[in-house]
Amino acid sequence: MAYEKDGEKYFIVDSHMHYWDASPENWVKGAEQYAKGWIDCFHAYQSLGPPETHWTIEHFQKYSEDDLMKDVFEDGHVDVAIFQPTYLKEWYTTGFNTTERNATMGEKHPGKFIYNTRFDPRDGDEGLKALRANVERYGSKGLKLYTAEWNNGSRGYKLSDPAAYRFLEAAQELGIKNVHVHKGPTIWPLDKDAFDVSDVDHAATDFQGLNFIVEHVGLPRIEDFCFMATQEPNVYAGLSVVIGGLMHARPNFFNKVMGELLFWVGEDKMTFGSDYGIWEPKWQVEGFVDWKMPDREEFADYPRLNTEGKKKILGLNAAKLYDIEVPAEYQLKDDSGGQPAEQDDAVGVDGRPAPVAGA
Amino acid sequence: MTTSITDTGAGPGTQLPGPAARAGTKVPAGRAPARLLEALATVRDPELDEPITALGFVTSCDMSAAGDVQVRLRLPTYFCAPNFAFLMVADAYDAVAELPGVRNAEIVLEEHFASDQINGGVAAQAGFARSFDGEAVGELGDLRADFLRKAVMAGTDLVTRPLLAAGLPPTDLPQLTLGDLSPSRELDRLRQRRADLGLPVGDDALVLIDPKTGGPIEGKAAELHLRKARLTRISIESNGSICRGMLQHRYNNSKGQGESTGEEDQ
Repeated sequence: MAYEKDGEKYFIVDSHMHYWDASPENWVKGAEQYAKGWIDCFHAYQSLGPPETHWTIEHFQKYSEDDLMKDVFEDGHVDVAIFQPTYLKEWYTTGFNTTERNATMGEKHPGKFIYNTRFDPRDGDEGLKALRANVERYGSKGLKLYTAEWNNGSRGYKLSDPAAYRFLEAAQELGIKNVHVHKGPTIWPLDKDAFDVSDVDHAATDFQGLNFIVEHVGLPRIEDFCFMATQEPNVYAGLSVVIGGLMHARPNFFNKVMGELLFWVGEDKMTFGSDYGIWEPKWQVEGFVDWKMPDREEFADYPRLNTEGKKKILGLNAAKLYDIEVPAEYQLKDDSGGQPAEQDDAVGVDGRPAPVAGA
Repeated sequence: MTTSITDTGAGPGTQLPGPAARAGTKVPAGRAPARLLEALATVRDPELDEPITALGFVTSCDMSAAGDVQVRLRLPTYFCAPNFAFLMVADAYDAVAELPGVRNAEIVLEEHFASDQINGGVAAQAGFARSFDGEAVGELGDLRADFLRKAVMAGTDLVTRPLLAAGLPPTDLPQLTLGDLSPSRELDRLRQRRADLGLPVGDDALVLIDPKTGGPIEGKAAELHLRKARLTRISIESNGSICRGMLQHRYNNSKGQGESTGEEDQ
């Protein structure tokens, strides 16, 4: 629960985490190689974290409710966690990580979790019905969209597809505020770059009432993401994978990527997400609070991140997006820095970041 | 340091076998034939802009006395993007097949969700669209060009950053030509990528150009252009470092043929 260091108190919102079942018992017959390939790939990401936090593949395939509560809340300093579902029902019989599975677990722990849901524009009217039902039942305010999901012979979709717009319109009407976008390696047609984020750009322009949180900051297309984020006031950087994948394994690239994100996107529009069970939040939260941009020439022109900025990134920014109540002791001392990100906060087209209040 | 253009240490693009191996002296047992490795080192991962050898993607490469070549390739994950995977397999085929004395070349991408389609498609010289019938509408030339443009941006950062660090005013950059730069590996690489795109590479060509149009970057736009160039380089290099880490985990740290460590990360 929360984190305190050097007299500073941090309210932690883990805005991107999972409760999955990728055990062999849940692999779809005939699609075992994909189910195995997916979870093995995730497991390789975990290897980029500190060795003492690595799990066996068996544990990684299916961790328990108790594991999650201990890793995320008891040890991991998290106050509120946001479940991001990923269905993958072509590969996993009951789904990899569905809204239902998350909620069934989370409902035993009131106040700890927020349940995001999802849609797949290729599911048509049935999909719209399911979206409506999930929002009503679980009170979802956010969506997680995985654009590379395989569905009935299709290998993915773009947010700019007319079918996706129909779903985004419906989501907006249902009261959805936040759309977390996760790009993957496949899309139709396969000759195009599946990681391209320009479809998010279109959707963000056309749906001003929605916030688009691009998870893992568009990795592997950080540059395209950053250029886009400067233009779109309602686009946010989800730091899942940035902290988990780089901070320990590639610290100098972490410095550089953070410097770029602070310059192009700004600390008001960056949100922490552990991507649990890929990485445990404990070392990420603690390491991030301790992190400091090295005092070296090559980093000289990057903006600096102070304690207030870290508080925003670790929880206060996501708390605003999701209307999470934050006790007074965790609020910023200078409240002027705690307002929701405004259009003016975006980096101007001349590439100069606007001054950050409270920094 | 990646920022030093005078750095002569090992790095991407330099992973060719040493002079002794190239001259055809005896190759130690268990090592891939030098000629093959040299050919494969010309094949790049289009996203990471590094040779597939240096990245550790070449599991093995062998040639029989009769000239039959088999190359086994591996990637950091089962789900690496199939379009880039196809390009690497196809480029590896082309690089090996044109070597003197090669009678037949077989390139096998292993443990990838689209291995069968890619390997079969390349072997049949079917092209991407036919190999992924119904899932692709075109070939991969545009995709390749998009990533060459990113490589040009990254290369622009590599050749200009040391000059700025040495005190060159940023306002001088829009007039700077390739001929003004000291010779370096990074400059050679930038010229090569520009040549691949049909962009000017002569000594009188401007260093700062729009990689899409070839047009000049003038006045205040230079600062933003350089910011974008640096970001692009950091993005590509970070991706490379993540891919290396994933590959090490996936294959229990067993090295690929001609594999080298990535750029520094201190």
